[in-house]
Amino acid sequence: MGAALNRALHDAVAEDPDVVVYGEDVGPLGGVFRVTDGLTSTFGEERCFDSPLAESGIVGTAIGMAMYGLRPVVEMQFDAFAYPAFEQVVSHLAKMRNRTRGAVTLPVVIRVPYGGGIGGVEHHSDSSEAYYTHTPGLRVVTPGTPADAYSMLREAIAVDDPVVFLEPKRRYWSRQAVNLPVRTEPMERSVVRRPGTDVTLIAYGPMVETALEAAEQAASEGRDIEVVDLRQLAPFDDAAVAASVRRTGRAVVVHEASVFGGYGAEVAARLTEQCFHYLEAPVLRVGGLDIPYPPPKLEEHHLPGVDRILAAVDRLQWESEWVEGRE
Amino acid sequence: MKYTDERSRPVPPLPSQEPVRLVDRHGRRHEHSSFTAPDPAVLAELHRAMVIGRRFNQQASTLARQGRLAVYPSSMGQEASQVGGVLALSERDWLFPSYRDSVAMVTHGVDPVETLTLFRGDWHSGYNPHRYRCAPQCTPLATNASHAVGLTYAARRKGRDVAALVLMGDGATSEGDAHEAYNFAAVWNTPVVFLIQNNHWAISVPVHRQSAAPTLAHKAVGYGMRGYNVDGNDAAAVHAVVKHALAEARDGGGPAIVEALTYRIDPHTNSDAPQRYRDAAEVEYWAERDPLARMEALLRNEQVVDDGLLEIYERDGEKVATAVRERMAGEDKLDPGSLFTDVYAAVPPALEQQRRGLAEELKGV
Ligand SMILES: Cc1ncc(C[n+]2csc(CCOP(=O)(O)OP(=O)(O)O)c2C)c(N)n1
Repeated sequence: MGAALNRALHDAVAEDPDVVVYGEDVGPLGGVFRVTDGLTSTFGEERCFDSPLAESGIVGTAIGMAMYGLRPVVEMQFDAFAYPAFEQVVSHLAKMRNRTRGAVTLPVVIRVPYGGGIGGVEHHSDSSEAYYTHTPGLRVVTPGTPADAYSMLREAIAVDDPVVFLEPKRRYWSRQAVNLPVRTEPMERSVVRRPGTDVTLIAYGPMVETALEAAEQAASEGRDIEVVDLRQLAPFDDAAVAASVRRTGRAVVVHEASVFGGYGAEVAARLTEQCFHYLEAPVLRVGGLDIPYPPPKLEEHHLPGVDRILAAVDRLQWESEWVEGRE
Repeated sequence: MKYTDERSRPVPPLPSQEPVRLVDRHGRRHEHSSFTAPDPAVLAELHRAMVIGRRFNQQASTLARQGRLAVYPSSMGQEASQVGGVLALSERDWLFPSYRDSVAMVTHGVDPVETLTLFRGDWHSGYNPHRYRCAPQCTPLATNASHAVGLTYAARRKGRDVAALVLMGDGATSEGDAHEAYNFAAVWNTPVVFLIQNNHWAISVPVHRQSAAPTLAHKAVGYGMRGYNVDGNDAAAVHAVVKHALAEARDGGGPAIVEALTYRIDPHTNSDAPQRYRDAAEVEYWAERDPLARMEALLRNEQVVDDGLLEIYERDGEKVATAVRERMAGEDKLDPGSLFTDVYAAVPPALEQQRRGLAEELKGV
């Protein structure tokens, strides 16, 4: 996936002279995850460069650049280091179009490597999507596959809305046979990654792969699980997800972030509103514990894995019997 | 030495603690070794803009008292800083104002009614920034400073000669975003002048509780920038210093901080209670250093203006005030449907559903 993102940046910079890439260590080093590798040597300092180490300044200057016709793609080195820029994202980036009644558009992409599972120490593993998705005016997207990583990043750079592009860092090393450049479905559409009839698993970013593994494992036990990959978290694509849940009648939302007040709560609430009469069980959420992100040696207990997902699927069956029993 | 930090940058000169002053409070010229006052025509223009600005401030404050503006942060007493700074800009340059800088915006050419849209509560910003080369008036302190750095960076890349003036208060300099913007501007060498209007108070907090720097202009030195102190009630001095700083920045000399020492005569906003934190005597002291009286005295002494011309300026101010009053008299009907446009490039389906819901609510369905 890291290579696909890198290729997307190369292609975007090559095609559009207004695209600039900058951030901390993104130049000659190529970023701490090497996602910007080779950009400076290929296109020069003008197009990809190291900025001072200051997240708010990075996003703030990107806003000014976009006001004057550039398309900045900036990197926040790790999820939890983007918080100093939060004010710029929430008060300015997300609102400039609205404040100016469309006179100023900000085609800025903020790339954020996010999530855990790589044994990182404190501040290197947060899942911060709920902070961003709660902010109207932002598009928040996260690819679950290398093909999507390429296609969605190209689209994010081309679109005139500001995009928080969350990169599931533990999937940087995921491999997939794919011929780049590739264009997948438009990023605002959720896609069914694996069709099934019994339960819908709703996942995104790093959890797509885990959900697919869970579905495979369940298949050997005779359960046919559908997996939907949300892709763009905000604005939300109700139609695709609701259609899937109406087919299967059962849903589990899966994410790495803490469950309380998390993104899954939004999805579950919407599904309850829109699919109530089709549901054979309550919509369940599977996610991280409601704790600060744990130290690396304990993170496996926080992060939802195949077992926790399958346990939820089991509970759904039980819940449905319980509901039937009450009738 | 290849493997050491070469420290080759020249050390910027320490700003003089004595503010640059070209006209004293009695309207007499004040000699300065480095700066000279602008031409009489420019002095007259500065004065005219201040007269209009003061009248605009009064009118807006009245509208706020009448409840026709939700709030108004007056800049009465700070006209020289705002006008002096703005009139130093070229017709390609951008202004990045904060909430207190309505007079600067009007001077910069923004329609006076559009300037007040934010305070009237009609919308968050009432004008097209590209049309006026004026960023939306900014409420969160110091946060638009880095936008100016980005904008001038982009302009330079596109081969355009564009500088920017950022207006900020003394309190705003304590914010982290001020630091980041100063630093980015200096490292990227973008043509930005940060004009700090030190009006002595950040709501109720005096400057000495805000910063331990000898002057706010001294902060520039640590960033590798030039810093200037200027008498902020002397429009000639502010104009000369900002113009000089802009010219140096355009020539590649880097950005600058200009601290204009001035005073907020009115309350912080119409809902403030200044008697709780400052002496009437202090206000009196500053009222005696009024920027308009001083410029008028100079212009009269030197016969640049006479009663007739001054009357014309007053009338120009009156015209602006009347137009503001009249154009704001009607209760414009705002379209609730407009809440949903311009959130995203296109209205997303979920928001479209809310738009229809609100429309039905309004029809009483
Ligand atoms: C980030 C932020 N924090 C707090 C406020 C609330 N606030 C509005 S004005 C103000 C004082 C600002 O003082 P100063 O920068 O000196 O400007 P002045 O109002 O004196 O022109 C404060 C605290 C704000 N607007 N933004």
